[in-house]
Amino acid sequence: MKNYLLSLIAVIVLALIAYVGAEAATWPQYVFGIIIPYLAMTIFIMGTIRKILGWARSPVPFRIPSTCGQQKSLPWIKQSKIDNPFTFFGVIVRMVLEVFLFRSLFRNTKCKMSKGGKIFFDLEKWLWVGAIVFHWSFLVVLLRHLRFFTNPVPGCIQFLEQVDGFIQIGLPGIFLSGFALVAGAVFLLVRRIVIPQVRYISLASDYFPLFLIIGIALTGILMRYFTKVDIVGAKEILMGLVTFHPSISANINGIFYVHLFLVSILLVYIPFSKLMHMGGIFFSPTRNLANNSRAVRHINPWNYPVKVHTYDEYEDDYREKMIEAGLPVEKE
Amino acid sequence: MSDELLKPDELIANIEPAPPRKGWMDTPINIRKGMYCYASNHKSVASLDLPNARPWNPLEDDWKLPENWKDIIFNGFRERLDKFRSFKVFMDICVRCGACADKCHFFIGSGDPKNMPVLRAELLRSIYRNDFTTAGKVFGKMVGAREMTMDVLKEWWYYLFQCTECRRCSVFCPYGIDTAEITIMGRELLNLLGLNIDWIATPIANCNRTGNHLGIQPHAFKDMLDFFVEDIEEITGITVEPQYNKKGADILFITPSGDVFADPGTYTCMGYMLYFHFLKEKYGLDVTWSTYASEGGNFGLFTSHEMMKRLNSKMYAEAKRLGVKWILGGECGHMWRVINQYMDTMNGPTDFMEEPVSPITGTKFENAKSTKMVHIAEFTADLIKHGKLDLDKSRNDHLKVTFHDSCNPARAMGMLDEPRYVINNVCNHFYEMPSNTIREQTFCCGSGAGLNAGENLELRMMGGLPRANAVKHVHEKYGVNTLSCVCAIDRAALPPLMEYWVPEVEVNGLHEMVANALIIPGENERTTDLRGEPLAGMEGDDVE
Ligand code: SF4
Ligand code: SF4
Repeated sequence: MKNYLLSLIAVIVLALIAYVGAEAATWPQYVFGIIIPYLAMTIFIMGTIRKILGWARSPVPFRIPSTCGQQKSLPWIKQSKIDNPFTFFGVIVRMVLEVFLFRSLFRNTKCKMSKGGKIFFDLEKWLWVGAIVFHWSFLVVLLRHLRFFTNPVPGCIQFLEQVDGFIQIGLPGIFLSGFALVAGAVFLLVRRIVIPQVRYISLASDYFPLFLIIGIALTGILMRYFTKVDIVGAKEILMGLVTFHPSISANINGIFYVHLFLVSILLVYIPFSKLMHMGGIFFSPTRNLANNSRAVRHINPWNYPVKVHTYDEYEDDYREKMIEAGLPVEKE
Repeated sequence: MSDELLKPDELIANIEPAPPRKGWMDTPINIRKGMYCYASNHKSVASLDLPNARPWNPLEDDWKLPENWKDIIFNGFRERLDKFRSFKVFMDICVRCGACADKCHFFIGSGDPKNMPVLRAELLRSIYRNDFTTAGKVFGKMVGAREMTMDVLKEWWYYLFQCTECRRCSVFCPYGIDTAEITIMGRELLNLLGLNIDWIATPIANCNRTGNHLGIQPHAFKDMLDFFVEDIEEITGITVEPQYNKKGADILFITPSGDVFADPGTYTCMGYMLYFHFLKEKYGLDVTWSTYASEGGNFGLFTSHEMMKRLNSKMYAEAKRLGVKWILGGECGHMWRVINQYMDTMNGPTDFMEEPVSPITGTKFENAKSTKMVHIAEFTADLIKHGKLDLDKSRNDHLKVTFHDSCNPARAMGMLDEPRYVINNVCNHFYEMPSNTIREQTFCCGSGAGLNAGENLELRMMGGLPRANAVKHVHEKYGVNTLSCVCAIDRAALPPLMEYWVPEVEVNGLHEMVANALIIPGENERTTDLRGEPLAGMEGDDVE
């Protein structure tokens, strides 16, 4: 079966399980509303910590930054301080630009060849645009959701909501981020299926989180704009979770549980998958090190002595010939 | 060039337009002639005490591996995950976005999807998932895990020796995943089973024994330079006197032996000799060559970290024995990756030398104060900036020059503007190739990381296609006839590439042009360059 169909079906099945379960009786609501979220959060936290400690445990024996600009050398040669950092500060700027603006991805080009075999490089910013829209809207949506976990809701979150919801068409006001998230995820998905090379490298485990996130976003949109979930009830459940006084609410329907269940799945999925890239970028030695290993000695904790062919052995091999050729030797 | 090699247009027509319908895990490996290098010679492997020395042939079914080869790979994999954070992180975080795919010259030139950096890495990652991750163990193929088999191993060997460790992919990856680093690890694992190629195995064996990759013994090394002394005398009327293994010299000069051995690198070597003569006569600069450390390059980098360290150790050992103040390094690509990113860590600290200072200008090379090794382009740029060289640019007027950034000085060091500054000061006609093909985005010569053999010419020509294409562009637009570079491997690899794709362009070295332009006290009027080619306006009466 096609990878993406497999992933799509998996997400639909998961959603149905939660929906049918929560609509059928009350007890599954305890499962989907309390037990699974706690379990998921625990796995997420433990799994993430384990992964990060795992990375941290392996040392960085060599300084291997990818230098993407002029090195620091002679004082009158202009160094590229960000793309080829020499100092810790430079590294920080490079990392910030990488993490928040996807600087490396911004370089993206597309290679094309004409009939005559001439190669061109077109700027290809769509992947960057898609990735930026997707990740930033995800972050905004996430932060907005803090309103369900805090009481009173902090001012900055309220402000974010106002900015995010500046378009007012009827009630409730529209949050741009939710739609942007769907658009970004759909773009990344379509691109994965349509571009032959990307389809070729894509695994079921690449499609799955995209479908999952689209599912989460769509159920969220459904609740807010269409089924008009009982916000007070929802907040009660969620506040209950974070204050460790879990409860369920009678006015909450199945869609809410689908949303929550898919989020739980995502949480569990993160530490065991490529979604750890959000943590991994900070550990990437080609980006997070200064290119100064000629000026400051980098220490390798497991550096060990190796067998070398010494000068004395070399001279023993060739002494006669060296003397004959007039080359200086240690032992005549 | 071999007769069997495809014509350029055939090679272009052969580029696969799209990946096959069948998934990559189900596409069997097909080791194709022209694309692979011969197996390591067992004598070379044995002389270095590396594992599993025996004659073998990649085309045969039986690769003569030890019984427990899967355990060796498994344990070797685990050991490297524990020792290298880079490896561990890169195994985990690739999102398969494909941004790196069409950045690799081998993919552009072949269309073979397994030459996309991401897929090259997935060849190892699939085994990693299977052996070391929970998800891989539970979900198997769905999450891209597969078991290690003989076919997988062959696939590793075939495709890891179709990567020149150029790091172009890492520039574009949003997480900086460096497929070169993964290739390095993969090649280390292969070497645990004695699966090297001979174009690497024999040079490292040579280097270990004789001090250089080409196996030139000390007396022969001197003979070869003496031969250049005569050539230089013929062209300039000047007798240069290179010094060898001289104790107490100020500076030890180390450069790749390739430039001593074969044209057109030899002209760069002559350039160095003339240049050092000038500096000695005018400023008393005391430079010595070494026959023990007669190799700047380090094919150990293409074998294993340990091998790299073994070979590299000679540089500091020799500097210490001779008691020099610091080391000057010649033009070479991967040599400078080793010096910039590994040498001091592996074989330092170097308290027996001084922080490098140019005795002529007094400039302190702050950026090299720990390794104590300065690149000759840095050194020369500083001299020119201080007006210490007497240069007649017009002596390079017969050259219309473009500059090839070698992968390693560009992406593992960042030496971009020093050579350009020198070029602009020694010649009048310099034209850059398009911006997506130079500096940190430079394209590989297609023959790096030990792939510069004769039997894999088709691979080299396809890998060099993007580079050649850019040269062709400036050749057609500006009449460029010279491709300059700061790398001895390039000087061996680029000439056949040019002959194949852009036959009108010759390859030279930076310090060949410096020496052409250098006005040396007491020299005859120059009518030719170091190659014996007439200078502009000196072509004789019958020309023009
Ligand atoms: S660019 Fe980086 S993350 Fe994207 S596919 Fe290539 S290696 Fe993976
Ligand atoms: S390092 Fe260079 S040759 Fe190797 S995969 Fe990356 S781009 Fe290709």
